[in-house]
Amino acid sequence: MLGPESFGGFVAEASRAGELVVQPRMGFGTPELMRAGLVAVKHAAATTAGTITLDSYTRVGDHAAARAALDTGADLNGYPIVTHDTATTRAVLRDVHDPSFPVQVRHGAAGPEDIVHALVRAGLSATEGGPVSYCLPYSRIPLRESVRSWARCCEFLAALRGPGVEPHLETFGGCLMGQLCPPSMLVALSVLEGLFFRQHGLRSISLSYAQQTSAAQDREALGALDKLAGSLLSGTEWHIVLYTYMGVHPKTRGGARLLLEQAAALAASTGAARLIVKTVSEAHRIPTIAENVEALEAAATAARSAPRPEAGRPAGDTEVYAEARALLDRVLDLHEDVGRAVVAAFERGFLDVPFCLHPDNPGRATSYLGPGGRLHWLEVGSLPIGPPGRAGRRPRMTAEGLLSSLSYLARTFDEAAREAGSRP
Amino acid sequence: MNSYPATRANRGLDVVVSGTASDSHTWNLLYLQLFLTERGHRVVNVGACVPDRLLVAECRRHGPQLIVLSSVNGHGFTDGARVIGPLRRVPELAGTAIVIGGKLGTGDQDGERAIGELLALGFDAVFHRPDSMAPFEAFLGSLPEPVTVPC
Repeated sequence: MLGPESFGGFVAEASRAGELVVQPRMGFGTPELMRAGLVAVKHAAATTAGTITLDSYTRVGDHAAARAALDTGADLNGYPIVTHDTATTRAVLRDVHDPSFPVQVRHGAAGPEDIVHALVRAGLSATEGGPVSYCLPYSRIPLRESVRSWARCCEFLAALRGPGVEPHLETFGGCLMGQLCPPSMLVALSVLEGLFFRQHGLRSISLSYAQQTSAAQDREALGALDKLAGSLLSGTEWHIVLYTYMGVHPKTRGGARLLLEQAAALAASTGAARLIVKTVSEAHRIPTIAENVEALEAAATAARSAPRPEAGRPAGDTEVYAEARALLDRVLDLHEDVGRAVVAAFERGFLDVPFCLHPDNPGRATSYLGPGGRLHWLEVGSLPIGPPGRAGRRPRMTAEGLLSSLSYLARTFDEAAREAGSRP
Repeated sequence: MNSYPATRANRGLDVVVSGTASDSHTWNLLYLQLFLTERGHRVVNVGACVPDRLLVAECRRHGPQLIVLSSVNGHGFTDGARVIGPLRRVPELAGTAIVIGGKLGTGDQDGERAIGELLALGFDAVFHRPDSMAPFEAFLGSLPEPVTVPC
């Protein structure tokens, strides 16, 4: 028995009311903590959606290890939804999950069938991921296999559609690798996964994009995503979800807070409808419930005081848009089946994710962080975009250089917080 | 599998770098690969989410002098404790140094007892502190170089 359930509808309604929906990435191993977390998020002073983030064992399908961890009381870094029985998960959700508080399951599985079946049994219908974004960085299974598994999951979810239920799926393609991936590739993959979801029956979709290292470039990327989704996903309910920076996090409370506020302002001012937050303790450990609530409320406050997006669609004549458009055109031209097109594109190097170790990733394209925080291509391999500009320094990647690039944003925001703190 | 042979050095170790079974993070693995190749070692980077059996098979195949497991998802203690037995039971790896490092638990402090446990189970060293690269480098320096270099 499913209750009225429309994750996308809830976000659309909040968006019409001018409210940014804020959402944590929270997940705990025990039902008691998981429920306490959801209750606290629901009652936070913000327009919130709930999250059940799953543990790493469940993500890779090792349910025996999740079982063993529950039995011995060992650490679990999320909620093992396949291992807990359905009644347990329903009890976690009872009187918490309702039309005013939709709950999304977040996982990271390249073959998520067990997970999707478990969440549906528990009365949920919103989750996220995608055949590329949950395969390449997070698994070893062949891309082709992930595409098949995700197609089956989409069709299973889509079949839930009925009075009061509109299943929802969010792409993770815009967050791939967390950091150092040029935004045009993120935008293209987010749109491709959205098209894949639609081809397999979903009618309510969100497109992710993760905050990177340059606010100006992020603005271009969100504008490009909006424009491309507008033209390619017409007739489908969709919204954009921004992720607060997913890379190495600032060590200081002040730095982490500034970063979150910048993400909230970026979301509000570009018309993103939903924001996934990060907490002040992100650099150190898995955050507590209270830290999550604090982050949600801080983000909501920052979003309310940010300038609204200007009327009309953002300009599309940016570098990010041009590259994303070129990638999409080349890939979609390969086959009318989006899944096949994507697999063929990786085989031919028309899609290629820098720093990704998966065997199905061509690994010829590389990227680097420029001095102002913009991400650039270093080598484009066979990508259908122009060769990278030869101006300026073209760095050779070293261990120190990689570390410095990975921690660039953390350093920048920690320093900004220190300076703000020392001002009279 | 991303093999990443360094330019042939006359000295240096054959190293297998790998994530643990449940850990999908790869930046740590890429960093370690660069760190080791810059110091003249030859690295095979097995990648993320490596099932125990695959790790054992890869290590048997490459016969490294050093195996570096890296984990940052909070399951490192559990995953490391499980895989060290099968690795230690491989006769070909009798002389291989095996270490683990990263962010091994989910809490603020990685328990000293858990570290002792990993060492007792057969790891040669555990690098669990944020500033572990200097001790790791010192550990590298303490390992004997291979007598012959495979060509």
